[in-house]
Amino acid sequence: MKVEVTVNGEARSAEAEPRVLLVDFIRGSLGLTGTHVGCDTTSCGVCTVLLDGTPVKSCTVFAVQAHGRSITTVEGLKQNGELSAMQKAFHEEHGLQCGFCTPAMMLVGTALLEENANPSEDDVRWAISGNLCRCTGYMNIVKAIQAAAAMQNEEVSA
Amino acid sequence: MTTVHESPKTTPEVGGLGHSRRRVEDARFLEGRGNYVDDITLPGMLHMAIHRSPLAHARIVSIDTSEAEAVEGVVAVVTGELLANYNLAWMPTLSGDTQAVLATDKVRFQGQEIAAVIATDRYIAQDAADLIQVEYEDLEPIVNPQRSLEEDAPIIRDDKEDQSSNLVYEWESGDKEATEAAFAKAHKVVSLDTHYPRSHPSPLETCGIVADVNSATGQATLYMTSQAPHAHRTVFALVAGLPEQNIRIISPDIGGGFGNKVPVYPGYVVATAASLVIGKPVKWMETRTENLISTGFARDYYMHGELAVSEEGKILALKVDMVSDQGAFFSDAQPTKFQAGLFHIVTGSYDYPAAYVSTKGAYTNKAPGGVAYRCSFRVTEASYLIERLVQNAAYELGMDPAEFRSKNFIQKEQFPYLTPTGFVYDSGDYEAALRLAKEMVGYDEIQREKEEARKEGRLVGIGLASFTEVVGAGHGDDYDILGLRMFDSAELRVHPTGKAILKLGVRSQGQGHETTFAQIVAEELGIPASDIKVVEGDTDNTPYGLGTYASRSTPVAGAATAMISRNLREKAKKIAAHLLEASEDDLEWEVGKFHVKGDPDSSVTIQDVAFAAYTNVPEGVEAGLEGVHYYDPPNMTYPFGTYIVVVDVDPATGQWKVRRMVAVDDCGVRINPMVVDGQIHGGLAEGYAMSSMQYITFDESGNCIGSNFMDYLIPTAWETPRFELGETVTPSPHHPIGAKGVGESATVGSPAAYVNAVIDALEHLGVRNIDMPLTADKVWDAIQGAQ
Repeated sequence: MKVEVTVNGEARSAEAEPRVLLVDFIRGSLGLTGTHVGCDTTSCGVCTVLLDGTPVKSCTVFAVQAHGRSITTVEGLKQNGELSAMQKAFHEEHGLQCGFCTPAMMLVGTALLEENANPSEDDVRWAISGNLCRCTGYMNIVKAIQAAAAMQNEEVSA
Repeated sequence: MTTVHESPKTTPEVGGLGHSRRRVEDARFLEGRGNYVDDITLPGMLHMAIHRSPLAHARIVSIDTSEAEAVEGVVAVVTGELLANYNLAWMPTLSGDTQAVLATDKVRFQGQEIAAVIATDRYIAQDAADLIQVEYEDLEPIVNPQRSLEEDAPIIRDDKEDQSSNLVYEWESGDKEATEAAFAKAHKVVSLDTHYPRSHPSPLETCGIVADVNSATGQATLYMTSQAPHAHRTVFALVAGLPEQNIRIISPDIGGGFGNKVPVYPGYVVATAASLVIGKPVKWMETRTENLISTGFARDYYMHGELAVSEEGKILALKVDMVSDQGAFFSDAQPTKFQAGLFHIVTGSYDYPAAYVSTKGAYTNKAPGGVAYRCSFRVTEASYLIERLVQNAAYELGMDPAEFRSKNFIQKEQFPYLTPTGFVYDSGDYEAALRLAKEMVGYDEIQREKEEARKEGRLVGIGLASFTEVVGAGHGDDYDILGLRMFDSAELRVHPTGKAILKLGVRSQGQGHETTFAQIVAEELGIPASDIKVVEGDTDNTPYGLGTYASRSTPVAGAATAMISRNLREKAKKIAAHLLEASEDDLEWEVGKFHVKGDPDSSVTIQDVAFAAYTNVPEGVEAGLEGVHYYDPPNMTYPFGTYIVVVDVDPATGQWKVRRMVAVDDCGVRINPMVVDGQIHGGLAEGYAMSSMQYITFDESGNCIGSNFMDYLIPTAWETPRFELGETVTPSPHHPIGAKGVGESATVGSPAAYVNAVIDALEHLGVRNIDMPLTADKVWDAIQGAQ
C-alpha cells in the first residue's frame, strides 16, 4: 500500500508491503540512512526515530503504522542550517565514537529535553536506557545531553 | 620518568600532541551522513541471506534448495557443492587452519553456514533461505573442551587427514624446571581455578559486505566491515585466486569493531563469489543473531593458576595450565608463533624469576573465533588470572592486597625488564599509578568503612587490579598474521599550498584516527591539524598495513606517521636552506618553521617550503614533498595502570552495585587526552559488562544461549558505573613520540578489579572465587555456601 508520512517536515510517500518495517522504509524507500539497524529485536535502540515527537524503535513499527504521521530522523535535527544544541553538545563533549548509536541517542536526548529542560544525571541515564552504546561507556553521552540542556536554557534566558 | 601531565608544545591552532582537539569525523555522524556498509546501495544490487544449521554436530545427508529457487525474486541459491567447483568450499583462517565456507560434509556448530540465497530484495532472500530443506544424521555434540579431549570423543575435524583427536595445539612458555624448583621452596602455594567465559564483542553494527565484481574488467570492489582491509585483500587473493591488483577493499565507516571485524567470514566469501558468477553487486548484512552465533567469539579459557609465595610475602614463581575452547575451526587472529596469543604476559606487573605456562586448545561444536575482543591476543585472560591470584595470595598471607602488590612490583629502575616468559617491558612506574589510584579512591578510609560495615551486616568490597598490558605488535620477526609481518605504514603528501593528506594502513572503527593522527603530523611539521586530511580504509589508496586491532594503531601506524613526518622535515630543510641561501647546518627548526641560527627573523615556514617543493627546488633535490614509511617496531609497548573498584553487595539477594570505579592509566604520551579518556570509558564499560552480565554459553545439545540481546546482556547507561579517571605518563622509550596505545587497557585491566571487589566483600566468609559473569544468583549461592 501507499504509505504517506511527513519526514523532517517534508511530505513523502512510497509503496510498502504490509510487513515492511519502518526502519527499512526510512532507510530504503526514503533513502535516509542516518537511522541504523543493530538488532531487529527492539533491544539496542539504534533504529530510534521520533514518531509524532515520541521516540520509537523503528524496527518494531511497521511502515504502514506510520501512515499519516510525522517522523523526525537525525537528518532533521539541524535547524535553519545550524546544528542543534544536542548535536553541538555531542561534538563538544566527545559523546560519540563509532557514530552508530549516535543518531538514536541524540533523538532520545532531544525528546527528553522537550519534557524535562533540566534533567539530572539519573534522568538522562534512565531516558537512554533503551539505547545501547559499545564505545563510550555512556559517560560522555550523559554529559552531552546535560550540556545540551544547559545550552538550550541559556538560549531561552538570553 | 613519570609525570602527571605534560603541557602541549604547540598552540591550540596548530593542535599537536596533548590537545583535546574536537573530532573531525563527528561532522558526518552528527548529521546522519556517515557511510556504513549497509548504507551503500549500488545499481542492480542483489541481497543475500544465509541458511544456517540448527544443529551443533550432524552429518549432512541431503540439501534440497528447490523450494527456495522457486520463490519469485530469487536469482540463485549457492551451496557448498557449487562453491567446491570453484575450489571455494573451504577457506584458510587467520590462524592457518581451514574453515568451511558452506558446509558440504557435516555441520560442526549451531549457526554454521550451509547455503545462501541471492534475491532481488532482502526480505525475499530471507524467506527463501528459510525454505531450504536439509536432512541431517545426528552426531554427538561436544560443548566443552574437557569432553573434547577425552579419548573416546568423536573427531570433530574429520575433514583433516592428520587429525586423530580434537586437540588443536599444545603450547608452552617459560622454564618448567626453574618454576618447579621455586615451588619446592614456597611458604605457601595459592591456587585458583577459573573459567573466563565465552563472550562476544558485538559491535552495534553487525558484519557485512557489498561485493561488486565487474564482469567486464574482472575488478572486484568489496565494501566490507573490515578492521584490516589490506590483510583481507591478500587473504581474498589467496582464497579466491583473484589477482590481487583486481581486488579493492573499501572499509567505509565502521560501527565498532572490538576484534569482531578482524576475521574473514564465510558470508564475505559467498557474496563475492555470487557477485563474480552473477555479474551484479551483492549485499550481505548479518542479523544480530547471526552475529552472535557465528562470528568471532572471545575468551572461553579454563585456567588453573598457582602462585608460590615466601613467608615475607614475595612471589617466587607462577605456574599456569589451561585448556582453551576454540570452537569448530581454529580461527583466532594471532601471530603464528604464539598459539595462545600473548597469554604469557600472565606474569603481570610483578618481579619474580620463574614462570611456566602450558596450554592446550581443543575443537568443540561451537562457533569459531577466539578473537582478541578489545584485547591484544589473549592478554585479557592473562591479566585477569594474575590479578585474581595476587588478590587471593594477599588474603592467604593476611596482607593488604595493595601492600602485597607494592611489595612485588617491578621497580621503575628495573626497566627495560625481561620477564620469565620472554617479554621485554619497555617502561613503567607501577607504584606511582597505584599510589594515585589509592589517593583518588581514599583507600584507607574505605578499608576502615569495610570493617565497620561488616559489623553491621553490610558487605562492602574493594577490588584492585594493577595490570600490565602488551600491545602494538610487531616486531615482524616475532609477530605476523599468516606470515605477513606486523609492521604498519603511513604515506604523507604535503600539497603546494601547505595542506596535507595522510594515508594509513590501519582502519579506525571509532577511535578517532582522522583527528589524532593529524595531531602527530602537526606536532612534527607544524602544519595545523585542521589542514591535514587523514585517509584510511581503501586498499587502492592507502599503503599496505596490517590493520587496527590489538591496540596497535598508535604504537605502529602512529610511529610510522611520526617517522614519515620527520623524513619530510629533513627534505624540507634542504629546500629551506636553498630558500634562505644558508647552509643546512646553520638552520634550526622550531614548530612550523626553519630559521637561521642566531637570526630568528631570517626564516621560512613549512608552507613556504611546501610551495617551493613544487616550484623552486634546489639542484639535485627531487620535486615534491611526499613520502611513505613502513614502521616495524623494535618492541611491543607496555601500557599499565591501577584500577580500584568499590562495591556494595546485598547479602539478601547477591546483587552488587559499583559505588566507585577509579582508573589510573599510563599509556605513555597522550596524543589527544579527550580521545584517550573516551577510549578508557568504553573499555571500563566493557570490562564491567564481562564481569557482570555478558555471557555466551551452550546447552548440552550445543544450542547457543546468548543468541540475541535479550539473552546476551549488554549493560545500558542505567547499570553502567560512573568512572573516575586519573593518569600518569611514562613514555615508551622506543616509540618516536613516546606513546603506547590505549584502546584496550581498560577492558584488559578492569574485569579483575570488579571481580576482586565482589570477592573482597565476601573474603571474610572464605569465598575466593566466583566465575564471571558475577550474576546475582551466583553471588548469592557463594554467600549461602559460605555460611
